[in-house]
Amino acid sequence: MREFGYRRADDVQGAVALLAADPGARLLGGGTNLVDLMKTGVERPALLIDVQDLPLDRIEVTADGALHIGATVTNSDLAADPEVRRRYPALAQAVLSGASGQLRNMATVGGNLLQRTRCGYFTDPAAPCNKRDPGSGCPAIGGEHHNHAILGASAHCVAVHPSDMAVALAAFDAVVTYETSDGPGELPLAEFYLPVGRTPHRETALPSGALITGLRLPPAPVAAVSRYRKVRERASFAFAIGSLAAALDVRDGTVQEVRLAFGAVASRPWRARAAERALIGGPASAEAFAAAADAELAAAEVLPHNGYKVALLRNLVVAVLTELTEEAAR
Amino acid sequence: MTTTTTGTPAATGAVGAARTRLEGLAKVTGAARYAGEIPFAELAHGWLVLSTIARGRIRAVESAPVLAMPGVLAVLHHGNAPRVDGDYTGPLGAPDPVLQVFQHDRVPYVGWPVALVVAETPEQAREAAEALVVRYDQEPHEAEFSAGHPDRYTPQGSDSPAETAKGDLAAALAASAVVVDARYTTPEEHHHPMEPHAAMARWEGGRLEIVDSNQGSGFVAQELAHLFSLDPASVRVRSEHVGGGFGSKATRPHQVLAAMAATVLQRPVRVVLTRRQMFSLVGYRSPTAQRVRLGADADGRLRAFAHHAESVTSTVREFVERSADMGRVMYDADAHHTLHQVVPLDVPTPSWMRAPGEAPGSFALESALDELAEKCGMDPIALRARNEPESGPVSGLPFSSRQLQACFREGARRFGWAERDPRPGRRRDGRWLLGTGTAASQFAARAAPSTAAVTAEADGDFTVRITAADIGTGARTALTLVAADALGVPPERIRMRIADSDFGPAMIAGGSMGTRSWSWAVMAAAGELREQLALGGVIPPQGITVRSDTTAAIAALAATERHAFGAQFAEVAVDVTSGEVRVRRMLGIFAAGRIVNPLTARSQFIGGMTWGLSMALHEEAVRDRASGATVGADLAGYHVAAHADVPAIEADWVDDPDESDPVGIKGIGEIGVVGGAAAIANAVWHATGVRHRDLPIRPDRVLRAGDGGRPGS
Repeated sequence: MREFGYRRADDVQGAVALLAADPGARLLGGGTNLVDLMKTGVERPALLIDVQDLPLDRIEVTADGALHIGATVTNSDLAADPEVRRRYPALAQAVLSGASGQLRNMATVGGNLLQRTRCGYFTDPAAPCNKRDPGSGCPAIGGEHHNHAILGASAHCVAVHPSDMAVALAAFDAVVTYETSDGPGELPLAEFYLPVGRTPHRETALPSGALITGLRLPPAPVAAVSRYRKVRERASFAFAIGSLAAALDVRDGTVQEVRLAFGAVASRPWRARAAERALIGGPASAEAFAAAADAELAAAEVLPHNGYKVALLRNLVVAVLTELTEEAAR
Repeated sequence: MTTTTTGTPAATGAVGAARTRLEGLAKVTGAARYAGEIPFAELAHGWLVLSTIARGRIRAVESAPVLAMPGVLAVLHHGNAPRVDGDYTGPLGAPDPVLQVFQHDRVPYVGWPVALVVAETPEQAREAAEALVVRYDQEPHEAEFSAGHPDRYTPQGSDSPAETAKGDLAAALAASAVVVDARYTTPEEHHHPMEPHAAMARWEGGRLEIVDSNQGSGFVAQELAHLFSLDPASVRVRSEHVGGGFGSKATRPHQVLAAMAATVLQRPVRVVLTRRQMFSLVGYRSPTAQRVRLGADADGRLRAFAHHAESVTSTVREFVERSADMGRVMYDADAHHTLHQVVPLDVPTPSWMRAPGEAPGSFALESALDELAEKCGMDPIALRARNEPESGPVSGLPFSSRQLQACFREGARRFGWAERDPRPGRRRDGRWLLGTGTAASQFAARAAPSTAAVTAEADGDFTVRITAADIGTGARTALTLVAADALGVPPERIRMRIADSDFGPAMIAGGSMGTRSWSWAVMAAAGELREQLALGGVIPPQGITVRSDTTAAIAALAATERHAFGAQFAEVAVDVTSGEVRVRRMLGIFAAGRIVNPLTARSQFIGGMTWGLSMALHEEAVRDRASGATVGADLAGYHVAAHADVPAIEADWVDDPDESDPVGIKGIGEIGVVGGAAAIANAVWHATGVRHRDLPIRPDRVLRAGDGGRPGS
């Protein structure tokens, strides 16, 4: 077997030091994605730094009313947390819509953010893939791409980000906090994932040697009326072909505030700001919802087999915002 | 060899009473060992290297660096492998050329075996295998199947004709008041049991011994004897527990490679396939393109029937997915035409996957019947009743039993079919449109010669030896019940020993023929033994053994159309704005002869119906045109129905006596698959008013087919 080192980190500083010392090191959370990729040879780390025991497993309300979620909180614990369920129900729904109970018990918040695409070319080391092997090409563009990106992709990569959780986080303006050997830092989720461009192998703006320590969810009263809808090819354990995190505040039939983020349409969770702008101050009607979705999806660039996602996302926006309007009226 | 008669089974009541599996406790506690995990002293491990090109020649296998890696014992390839002989015809025809591993430098598809690395540990073998550099001279390939492909041809030389024709089809269609002419497609599908393929080979006392996971140890032993030019008696294959087969666990390259490496190294060698390797090495169901034409009078009576089916074969071996066979049994017409054609491509050879032919064929045929019912303004069950044939539409032979209408009657009653509004798109539950559909099931009830030995032991127990295979179906338990009744003793007194080629020739677990064929042999030997014991006397220490061979009895069976039948019902919910299709319930009523063990029989029917659901909505292997390889070749990329997709599925059966049949047992392993996908597709039509003629019915297809669900529409 390909040999690799294994170290268990006891504290954040220790983990960061180990990471800084070995450019071939990778952080191991629940291992639900990384270990699979190691088995198939997609990932070949020289050293695994196990961060599961780090004291980052708390969910706490901070003094400013934000929710701080530790990086090693499991997906199961995140989805079950009463504050999360009350204040950001779409986040709990998103997490529960992903993977299986067993995987959610293992998977961590930090690992979920950093999981890799499930593009079938990326996961097959025998295939070319610009993300796995820069410069080797993207066979998905001329090949199998019916679950690939319609927004923000490039001629170098059309893979989609697989996380459900990150879609809800994008809607709620989450901030990723991290630690490096030079000290702590943070990145808004909107800046956390890099545009694809010519460098699909560079996925995040995390500085090298950074350890994600957690997430900060700022207070967002609008999030209390929120929903995550995920469409997938089977009911069991499958990645989204299109998903939507939405939150809505309607008063007297007028949209006061709205949050929309799309999943499985881009290399990152896609915050639909054009759609949000189109809705604010306007009527909460099916026609307005559809027009807002169209405003966002006007930028879509479809391939021969993924154009259905435009209709799918449009329909999801209309359906979910209509439901939330009804929910708010109750 | 004493008897070929069976007599009347004794009525001790073992057959027909629900029993849990004899080995169930061992399996759920982990005590049951599978081929990939049984320890052997001095065991070495082989890891396969597969081609990464779809067509060409191997220019070089650069084994020297790999041989220097830790633990590596050998690298076998076409330049150094022992010769094997594939020039024979086995019970399933000439061997798949992929079994003649490493005999030449040609590569006919992606995933063709090009080398085996053997090492002290599986990890060392794997690392070395992944490091092995193989150089190729690549040639252009073609791996994409499409309907009407210019290279398609009508195969010759099968035991069943590729084409049947009677009457003037064009004239009958022209004279029909109602005509359906529809094209259907099904994708490439794979049969992956939970347990991957694994085989250990060693030479023991001058015999080649294989510990395997297969569907027929006798067949595998025969093939290995042929391939290695050995005396059949000097090959022993055992396969105690098998974690699923579905047609995939025949003789495959891993057994040949283990035997080859054990011979070269003179020590035990095990070869285990990975999930990814299984996508090219263990067979699969060909994609199909089918055209069904039905012409009927206004009252639904068929005048014209045509079912043409195209499928893929490889360039190395012809395999025909016999999708058009079902119509030769189900429906008659003055003009009746069935045709199979194949397209050779640079892809692995397709094979028999659970309900071969009938699974894709029934989707097209039973969808077309539903379309005809719609056009005639008839209830689909009434349409089928109107077209119930007197005798085999093609053979002209009588049916030994045909309880299809009884299945529909009982199914309709239990499903609540009478309350159904036939108009599509009328029922809604929130965002879901609801619909129901039905389809017929059918599978041939064949038998193949088998031998069995039954021993009356001195302690009063009985030992049965038969080269049967229990691939998870409960065959071991079923045969115990059959033996108990045949001997007139409680099942607890039977010691059932199976899956050892030394027990003599027997049918494989395949073709829905296993339990029927094996039971026949067990009943024959047990019946004869019982007669001997009735004469009295003392049982000697070595016991009294009676052997049976059913070859003559099966040959003497009257020529009739022998089939199991069934009726399947499905209720689905469809959200046309998201494209999601969910099955809410399924009901299958079957007529499949005598049911030996209701507990495991129900499991097999439900498992088959789940396959139908999975085929309808999920399963699809995608082949990359540029590389010729499968994209997403794992169970994350290849979706099968899992728990949340499988709703309340109910399976039951009606009486199906056949006085002319000495065993009265029909196979149940495959019929559950047949018609399930059509019942669901028909229900999707009923829910939405849109016909889906291409499987699987993916969300994107539903979205594209619908109106897009614009607000207010």
